[in-house]
Amino acid sequence: MNNALLLLSGPALALSASAATPLFARDRRVQIWALCSLLALSGVATAVSGMAGLLSPPKTAVLPLGLPRMPMHLRLDALAGFFQVVIGFSVVSAAVYSVGYLRPMAKDRSLTPLGVFLSLFVLGMQGVTLANDAYTFMVFWELMSVTSYFLVVFEHENEANRKAGFLYLLMAHLGGLLILGGFAVLYAAERSFEFDVMRAAELSPLWASMAFLLAGFGFGMKAGVVPLHAWLPEAHPVAPSNASALMSGVMIKVAIFGFLRVVWDLVGLEQGAWWWGGVVLAAGSSSSVSGILLALQQHDLKRLLAYSSVENIGIIVIGLGLAMIFSHFEYQDLAALGIVASLYHTLNHSLFKGLLFMGAGAVLHGAHNRDMEQMGGLIRRMPYTAALFLVGCVSISALPPFNGFVSEWLTFQAALMAPKLTGTILSALIPFSAAMLALAGALAATCFVKVFGVVFQGTPRSRSAAESHEVDRWMLSGMAIPALLCVLLGVFPVWVIRLIDAVPIALIQTSLGGLIAEGGWLWLTPIAPERASYSPLIVMAVSLSAGFAAFFMYRRGRPVRRAPIWSCGHPNLNPRMQYTATSFSQPLRHIFSNIYRPLEKSLRVDHGHILQVKQVRYSVHVQDLAWNYLYAPVRQFTAWATQAVDWLHARRIHGHLALIFATLLILMSLLV
Amino acid sequence: MISAELLKQLLSLAAALFLLTAFALLAQRHMHALLRWFAVQGVLLAATTALVAYAANVHELYISAFLALVLKGLLVPWLLWRIVIRLGAHREVESLVNIFATMLIGAALVLFAYYVSLPIQELSFVVTRNIIAIALACVLIGMLIMITRRKAITQVVGFLALENALFFTATAATYGMPLVVEIGVAFDVLIAALIFGVFFFQIRSTFDSLDLKHLEVER
Amino acid sequence: MKLWAYNILQAALLIGLSPLAAAVLRKLKALLQNRRGPGPLQTYRDLVKLFNKEPVLPDRASWIFRLAPYVVFAVTALSAAIVPVILVHTPLSAVADVITLVGLLAMARFFTALAAMDLGTAFGGMGASREMTFAALAEPAMLMSVFILSLAAQSTNLSTVTDTMLNADLGLRPSLAFALTAMALVAIAETGRIPVDNPATHLELTMVHEAMVLEYSGRYLALIEWANQIKLMLFATLLINLFVPWGIAMEATAVNMAFAASAWLLKLLALFVALTLMETWMAKMRIFRVPEYLGLAFLLAILGMLTHFILEVVI
Repeated sequence: MNNALLLLSGPALALSASAATPLFARDRRVQIWALCSLLALSGVATAVSGMAGLLSPPKTAVLPLGLPRMPMHLRLDALAGFFQVVIGFSVVSAAVYSVGYLRPMAKDRSLTPLGVFLSLFVLGMQGVTLANDAYTFMVFWELMSVTSYFLVVFEHENEANRKAGFLYLLMAHLGGLLILGGFAVLYAAERSFEFDVMRAAELSPLWASMAFLLAGFGFGMKAGVVPLHAWLPEAHPVAPSNASALMSGVMIKVAIFGFLRVVWDLVGLEQGAWWWGGVVLAAGSSSSVSGILLALQQHDLKRLLAYSSVENIGIIVIGLGLAMIFSHFEYQDLAALGIVASLYHTLNHSLFKGLLFMGAGAVLHGAHNRDMEQMGGLIRRMPYTAALFLVGCVSISALPPFNGFVSEWLTFQAALMAPKLTGTILSALIPFSAAMLALAGALAATCFVKVFGVVFQGTPRSRSAAESHEVDRWMLSGMAIPALLCVLLGVFPVWVIRLIDAVPIALIQTSLGGLIAEGGWLWLTPIAPERASYSPLIVMAVSLSAGFAAFFMYRRGRPVRRAPIWSCGHPNLNPRMQYTATSFSQPLRHIFSNIYRPLEKSLRVDHGHILQVKQVRYSVHVQDLAWNYLYAPVRQFTAWATQAVDWLHARRIHGHLALIFATLLILMSLLV
Repeated sequence: MISAELLKQLLSLAAALFLLTAFALLAQRHMHALLRWFAVQGVLLAATTALVAYAANVHELYISAFLALVLKGLLVPWLLWRIVIRLGAHREVESLVNIFATMLIGAALVLFAYYVSLPIQELSFVVTRNIIAIALACVLIGMLIMITRRKAITQVVGFLALENALFFTATAATYGMPLVVEIGVAFDVLIAALIFGVFFFQIRSTFDSLDLKHLEVER
Repeated sequence: MKLWAYNILQAALLIGLSPLAAAVLRKLKALLQNRRGPGPLQTYRDLVKLFNKEPVLPDRASWIFRLAPYVVFAVTALSAAIVPVILVHTPLSAVADVITLVGLLAMARFFTALAAMDLGTAFGGMGASREMTFAALAEPAMLMSVFILSLAAQSTNLSTVTDTMLNADLGLRPSLAFALTAMALVAIAETGRIPVDNPATHLELTMVHEAMVLEYSGRYLALIEWANQIKLMLFATLLINLFVPWGIAMEATAVNMAFAASAWLLKLLALFVALTLMETWMAKMRIFRVPEYLGLAFLLAILGMLTHFILEVVI
């Protein structure tokens, strides 16, 4: 009974939130309070049960729901626990944020659909992590997909939202189908949907690889691994910001969870082929670099953040790939390091991406725009949002002593152990992915200098930016929670890793704990102290001393004179002379023009002479190559196939009957 | 005599430097620098051959080292340089794909060569398959130069670099081919360089350009 | 405890001598150009003057603009403290390994670029955009080249790497040559020397680093200038102690340390002479060529990594 309470309180609270929303629809203020407080409680409950999952042995429960003779099996183990913690933190901060975020929205539209679907979406994610049979897993997985579709099309009056939603729905279902195929392979081995049976099942190498590929593509589609990412930058930006914080922060991590559950846990790496890790590593490397390259060229703030999620998923997947390779070659301790690095980044990304999406929502709220070219100077009107957003930017750029750096550092440490693998091409491939990771990290810093510099600094580029206003306390506290956690996770990694360590113990029966703890809580020593160590607290102390020095000089130092800006003596500066988002990324557009294939349009109007310019207009559009070379051909093929089917449909009724009859005959012949 | 371990290290170093010259050829924009690096490659080849000759005490190899130095290090680059000057083609090398991309492809080719040579067993007592991997990579890079460059002269340099790489493989992995074969090949290369020169003049006088796209059938 | 004191002492030495190094470099360059040039103490006088001057802040500057110089200086000073200068084994090198060193330098750059974007001037944006673009290419090259050393030493800890380079019998390793070349190329770019950037230029459309700090004055400018001088010294020391560490002290005895200090200074001088010769001999590159230059460094580092795996890993 206790188990059931622990497992179910989070989902039950989410369900009650979805039920409460329509009940209180009459008074929207009460409705917001009911929704947000229930969601926050659900988040807390999820985090608590997640902690219990990490710290104590697995707990199971069976719910007499669902199909006859097929009750829902639930299980809370370390893997589920970790992802429950991820979900819990994000849901709590998003719920607090929503109090402030929904209020102005309530003025002109009904919040009931948003509330219902948001809560059910949270329920879906919680359910997926708890599922212990394929049926439960798929039910909650589809619940998560469908409700998030409704969140994407919440502002359905815009055509772009409807299009993005359709694309999302299409790809989510394609992914769902592939995952179902993966489960079908596992089902075929022992004829049971229960994970406990699947776990014990033996698969032939061919079928194991089949399950790996089906699950890999299915979950990869949801996670947004390049080239299956096309829906992500369309769908995440158009959802309301609290929902996109959860989608980008948590939902794509649930796909990582699914991959771990199916490939690592159910199929089992010991049944894996040597190339699995290589494929995963390659997918991760390509995602990380192409994701951030495309992010750099966006000027829609939320779209940029969505592309950056593709990059971060790439980093997570690199860690997984490394772990899979090491595990296949029997270096279980290194595999544990890889998985810990990957999970650490999962947690980190859920925090700072949630923070950044909420920050984008705050900017949207304060400046009524998503286009970075229209912003600027918001740091003066929205100082607190700016400071919190800066924490997110520094963290995501993997700068010490913040949390993003810790996980990238761990990934590098794992990659540097490549020489242990001898006599395989993979050992020479790993440095390539380390190089890609390094490139992605450096580009991410460039990208977020651009974001912060263009949005918050400089001078306002439009009236709406000049008249922006700070958001309320609820939104700020919603952002402050992940910001604080970003700092803490950056400074005290050893404690966090001790918690995460339960996951590799559960998955590959190897602990990293002894090695991590060797230097005490102050020192992060993943392999051995003489090999590598990192003490973020000291780095943090030095950085803080800079802050104190600045503050001290501000108070006590020689007085500062304020004067008009110099700018090399350039008179009459105006906001249009600033570097814009487009111009900031121009050098990189030039360098990587083979990848971007930018479509540039420029227009010059002059007064009869080339030097008397009247008007110059420049626009550039950067393409996502995946669209041109993957999606467009697929679409063409689909159109062609539809036409072919259309030809069949044009038959008369007898023709149709004949087709059905023929199908029946073929199916019957297969049965024999 | 030098110890086997030191010889192995020296050969590894030579292989790495050879790879470096191959990449340098791939990276060059200027005809002058391209030919200079080509000459460096020739000298390096000669030095490696002399090293192997000394280590294995094979006197014939000194002759091929000398031939390599004279022909590949000096004569052929000089001939090509004269042709370039007389054709007035010493401006930038035009490339079909941008340089950084070709170099990345080159790096991928190195990996591929490594992959291909993994199953090869050791061929001689001192040289490992690893040097063969590098040499094979240099052959592939020579081909890459030929594929990605537009002008006839650069293609010839690519071809000669490919030949250098084969020569390097032969020397490092099997202590050289029989002397007769080597002399034959060396003079073949010289003759080839001369004939290419004639071709350049013909191509230029026919099309007024050295750009090979003129050789393609207009559609 | 004694080691801690030595560590802080050697960091202080590096930080304290870095203005002198900059002055020596300037003097050497002047001599090569047949000028007398300012004396070796001029940089100190400049710094003192700047620290004592009343700073002028642009009226629209935000707190980031004021905070950035402190962060840049603190972070650069910390990275100076983790590099072995005279002693190989120092306690602070365990605080941050070589990946963190690159991260710390990235942190300094991040804040410099933000400060440049703060005012909304065309120059600031230009400098930030270029600096971040070049850094995005230089940083992976730097990481890759130190990774080659880390693979050889099986450690990312700078002390251990130096120790290995000094004591282990590594033989002839071609990958190290690649690493050295790549790191030297990156060091030139990161410290803003010719042919990538010209440290003596103001008001040129090709400037990179100077464009970012145009609006600083007084103590803010002093901190940034000093941090830059430290960065130059840091990269020089890194190159010296990673690739030619001979003479550096393994044990903390007075004789050893005095010898190590003089060896370090002599090697620095030799490196600076080489740098001056190169700066005098070469012209500044066109700005569009810089990515290619950095791409070359990146590629050399990758090649070094590949040769390490192909030629040097014993199977």
